[in-house]
Amino acid sequence: MTEDSKIAASFELDGKTIPFTEGQTIIQAAMAAGEYIPHLCFNPEFKPHGSCKICTVKADGRQTASCTSLAQPGMVVESDTPALNEERRALLQMLFVEGNHFCPSCEKSGNCQLQATAYELEMMSPHFDQFYPDRPLDASHHEYLLDLNRCILCSLCVRASRDVDAKNVFALAGRGIKTHLIVNAKSGRLADTDFSGDDKAAHVCPVGVIIKKRVGFSVPIGQRSFDEHPIGAAPHPDNRDD
Amino acid sequence: MNASTKPKLRVATATLAGCFGCHMSFLDIDERLFELMELVEFDRSPLTDIKHCGPCDIGIIEGGLCNAENVHVLQEFRANCRILIALGACAVNGGLPAQRNHLSLALILEEVYHAQHGLVDGFIPNDPELPLPLDKVHPIHEVVKIDYFIPGCPPSGDAIWKVLTDLLAGREPQLGHGLLHYD
Repeated sequence: MTEDSKIAASFELDGKTIPFTEGQTIIQAAMAAGEYIPHLCFNPEFKPHGSCKICTVKADGRQTASCTSLAQPGMVVESDTPALNEERRALLQMLFVEGNHFCPSCEKSGNCQLQATAYELEMMSPHFDQFYPDRPLDASHHEYLLDLNRCILCSLCVRASRDVDAKNVFALAGRGIKTHLIVNAKSGRLADTDFSGDDKAAHVCPVGVIIKKRVGFSVPIGQRSFDEHPIGAAPHPDNRDD
Repeated sequence: MNASTKPKLRVATATLAGCFGCHMSFLDIDERLFELMELVEFDRSPLTDIKHCGPCDIGIIEGGLCNAENVHVLQEFRANCRILIALGACAVNGGLPAQRNHLSLALILEEVYHAQHGLVDGFIPNDPELPLPLDKVHPIHEVVKIDYFIPGCPPSGDAIWKVLTDLLAGREPQLGHGLLHYD
């Protein structure tokens, strides 16, 4: 045992040896080792939420969200397999049809994790029927606007506002398909909260919901984060806001 | 044509609820058009002005479905084309025309032909030759089976070229990083 404890613990990810420290999740250890597992609601700065399921891997034969499963010594993890990528693609397609993701008019295009992940997984079509939901746009705040058409319910803004900013500006309300992002004000408007551009919550949205006004499209096509590198190879795969 | 020359593949193209931007992008393959013309001949297309689609190897549809005529043209293409390709954002997911989908059609017609400032005695056009608008705009895969999709608004000439040359060579079309984009 003494001999064993001197050897750093590791597991196998798609045939590669990934070292980990106790308490690390599969995705945390993989990212630390420079390996990409597709994900949307996971952000290394925040407690995992485990809701989008894009990061699902097969660990010792069982499918599990790699953002919530702890790495275990000797574990055999499969991630980049045709079967798992097919399921990830289906999840992405559902996210696309449930909202209104009109990339050509979105300021986040080129810097959007949903879009970049869909490129990475070669999502060629939405496959399912479009919902075309009627979702509101809140432009009440002087500095930021909320376009809820693009919300994928990752809850990163909820977590950031609650755990980092201590403001609780955002929450997820409703259940199942009716789940939606709400703003914690009697009026429901962002302008009637203490939300500010300095908040962590203003900079964590992986898609184009929380948008800074008057700076849209400032980076030309070809020079945006994921124009340069695919998300799986980007030096900083997580959200780059500015 | 000597006996060893392969017969040319027949290609048809159409624009439904789109802006012709994808067809313009198709022309962006530039001098490669000459190479393409060695391999294919065009059936119905804005490039030939043939009015109806005959039996074809490849059909390329730009645009989504916003009126009854769009649906008829799409069905004619599906019935005649061995391989049907959705070209561009509007064909793939409704695109810009689908941005009207959260509004009622009556409200839109009212706004465009009656209510807007400067419209005196405006009326909603009702000529029998005008195809009736659909209640909502739909992507084409919601109505017929689509074999391949080329997303983008518009897809680049290079992306279109890649898919066509893959298909002509008998390969499964694949767009890598840089050619696959939704904007």
